[in-house]
Amino acid sequence: MLKILIIGFKDVTLAFRDRAALLLMLAAPLVLTIGLGLVTGRFAVGGSAGGISAIPVVVVDQDGGQLGQALVDTFTSSDLDELLETTTSADPAAARQRVDDDQVAAAVIIPAGFTDSILSGAEASAPAATVQVELYANPTRPTSAGVVQAVVDEFLSRVEIGRVGGQVSVTQLLTSGLIQPQEAAAAGREIGQRQAAASAPVIQLRRATGTAAPAPAFDALAYIAPGMALMFLMYTVSNGGRTLLAERAQGTLPRLLVSPTATAQVLGGKVFGIYLTGVAQMAILIGGSAVMFNLRWGDPLAVGALVLAAVAGATGWGLLITAVAKSPSQVASLGSAVMLTFGILGGSFISLSNLPGWVQVISRITPNAWGLEAFTTLALGGRLADIAVPIGALLAMAVVLFGAAAALFNRQGLVQR
Amino acid sequence: MTAILEARNLVKHYGDVKAVQGISFHIEDGEIFSLLGPNGAGKSTTISMLSTLYAPTSGDALVGGHSITRQPMQVRAVIGVVPQDLALYEDLTAHENLNFWGQMYGMSGQSLRRRIAEVLDQIGLADKATKAVKTFSGGMKRRVNIGVGLLHKPRLLFMDEPTVGIDPQSRRAILDMVKDLNRQGMSVLYTTHYMEEAAELSNRVGIIDHGRMIALGTQPELTQQVGQDETLRLHVAAEADAAALADALRAVPGIKQISTTDHEVVLIVPEAEEALASAVGHANAIGVKIRSVDIQEPNLEAVFLHLTGRALRD
Ligand SMILES: Nc1ncnc2c1ncn2[C@@H]1O[C@H](COP(=O)(O)OP(=O)(O)OP(=O)(O)O)[C@@H](O)[C@H]1O
Ligand SMILES: [Mg+2]
Repeated sequence: MLKILIIGFKDVTLAFRDRAALLLMLAAPLVLTIGLGLVTGRFAVGGSAGGISAIPVVVVDQDGGQLGQALVDTFTSSDLDELLETTTSADPAAARQRVDDDQVAAAVIIPAGFTDSILSGAEASAPAATVQVELYANPTRPTSAGVVQAVVDEFLSRVEIGRVGGQVSVTQLLTSGLIQPQEAAAAGREIGQRQAAASAPVIQLRRATGTAAPAPAFDALAYIAPGMALMFLMYTVSNGGRTLLAERAQGTLPRLLVSPTATAQVLGGKVFGIYLTGVAQMAILIGGSAVMFNLRWGDPLAVGALVLAAVAGATGWGLLITAVAKSPSQVASLGSAVMLTFGILGGSFISLSNLPGWVQVISRITPNAWGLEAFTTLALGGRLADIAVPIGALLAMAVVLFGAAAALFNRQGLVQR
Repeated sequence: MTAILEARNLVKHYGDVKAVQGISFHIEDGEIFSLLGPNGAGKSTTISMLSTLYAPTSGDALVGGHSITRQPMQVRAVIGVVPQDLALYEDLTAHENLNFWGQMYGMSGQSLRRRIAEVLDQIGLADKATKAVKTFSGGMKRRVNIGVGLLHKPRLLFMDEPTVGIDPQSRRAILDMVKDLNRQGMSVLYTTHYMEEAAELSNRVGIIDHGRMIALGTQPELTQQVGQDETLRLHVAAEADAAALADALRAVPGIKQISTTDHEVVLIVPEAEEALASAVGHANAIGVKIRSVDIQEPNLEAVFLHLTGRALRD
């Protein structure tokens, strides 16, 4: 038992000494959290915008409708005035010219009929094709143009949610400051009518309802931060699995096996090391984001229990990946692929509720989806009892995957004797 | 004296590869035993079986009285292993490596700390103890690799080619260390393909080739196999010269064996000085210039040459 702990702690030490691993375990999720937080306007008030600021952008509103105005307002809102330096123009050709002359990072052109194409679709007998907002990006400033695009995308995706979410989502649009109050009433009415006509699948409403629930104001970061943490947890567990094969190749595994240490202790120690590294990573990310972003994760006891369960489920995947792969580098590439796939499936980038029903079903094989659902519940004030199902699912996942990995290891004789 | 190790007809096949084909030998308590053999002879495979990493295909061995097939845990407590390839955590410091491996051998606390200090002294790295192993030179890493094998004061130490690929100074230090450890009572199984190392270190030597023990005994016993014959090496300027000279010498009576290795003609003869005079004459006759000459008393290299017709190292 003691040796299991010693091997595990040794692996945690090694993981935290590996610069590349640290970058992916800690820096990447925090940076992405900040990045996504920026585009949702989470940091605008606090003004902790970080590196990029005052991106010159020109907006042309040929629409003149409510949504066109709302998008212009978004760009000129005080929330974004540190990040963006927005000017407006009436002439699309002149705006594009300013991009070509490298005076601005991008031009956002809202064509005539944009509002109508979205809002009046419900009444029209034949729904009008959606008119596209144009983003004319400056190729020499890809990062800045990317930020502008993210702002537009975010706006459009919220309008899109509004299209199916109706009243509820207008509340959400308001809380995030993307639609100004005076527009809200009108927009809500219109979108509500649109929704009645479209009768969107109920399941897509779930997240919108949840986030706009009246009680606590939902912090977008309370969704983004656990999403990123869970995604990069998948990196940590596959990297941990990789070290098992790497130790075999570099001779330390054989050396362990000729010491008076049982094979079960050696493998137990490796698994414990993966688990402990994952728990340490989650603890640092949760603690760090709580301090840096003033983010409330919810009931500490429940958050702790959830972390333990989520890391167990993820460790199961790490072991399975290791058991399937033949070499350390195969674990690494397979691990990255799984990390990204699970990140997308599990809702780390796009809220699960916005994904098709079948994706939501498949996503249940990922620790990300269960974990994210439970973290969101806790951030909204849920207690341990409210996340019993996700915790149970994560633990069951761990048991099944540990079993499968053990069977595979056994068959290929990880340690020939 | 009793045997600390007794190997009986060890066989190891990797699929079709017959790496070890029935090896038997014993090591006396307190001796240094060398396994001498060229690349691929089966030295590491033998050590892997004896150290309980791989189960033998057939055969068995007793180490400290315990069977490697039936009591591997007891065997592991008796032995220390210095693997041929470095087996260390490069991101840990020398001290951290020793500490970790010591714990794997069940050591802890004050006694482990004291022992680590001792071993660091022994391997001459006390002043580098807190540096990461990855910052070390090849020779320093080798020494840490050896230190790990020594920590728990094993009764029997397996050292698998511990001097491969390092500078002469580190090599000297390692050989002296092995002799020192042996004086303190440690038995050693030492594998190498350097004849000189086996000659310097060991009481008894086993010569291994193609998975078989082709000769086994004390050094005088082995060299007797080649009789009192001496080895005469004639270094010439070009490879073609070596071949031409070898051809010219084949007709000379009294030369027992002729072989060539790139720029050398190697003769096994009863009386080297005599043969030298005639060799120089023949060389002059065919216009080959001899650059240097080396005469060796009977040695292990000659034994290997005698038994296999090949040089130990190519
Ligand atoms: N894991 C393995 N799988 C298949 N063949 C192997 C394996 N290990 C060794 N061999 C083969 O077994 C034979 C003996 O190898 P071994 O490593 O024991 O030789 P060695 O005497 O230690 O050589 P060297 O001086 O190069 O270290 C070689 O032909 C080698 O290719
Ligand atoms: Mg070898």
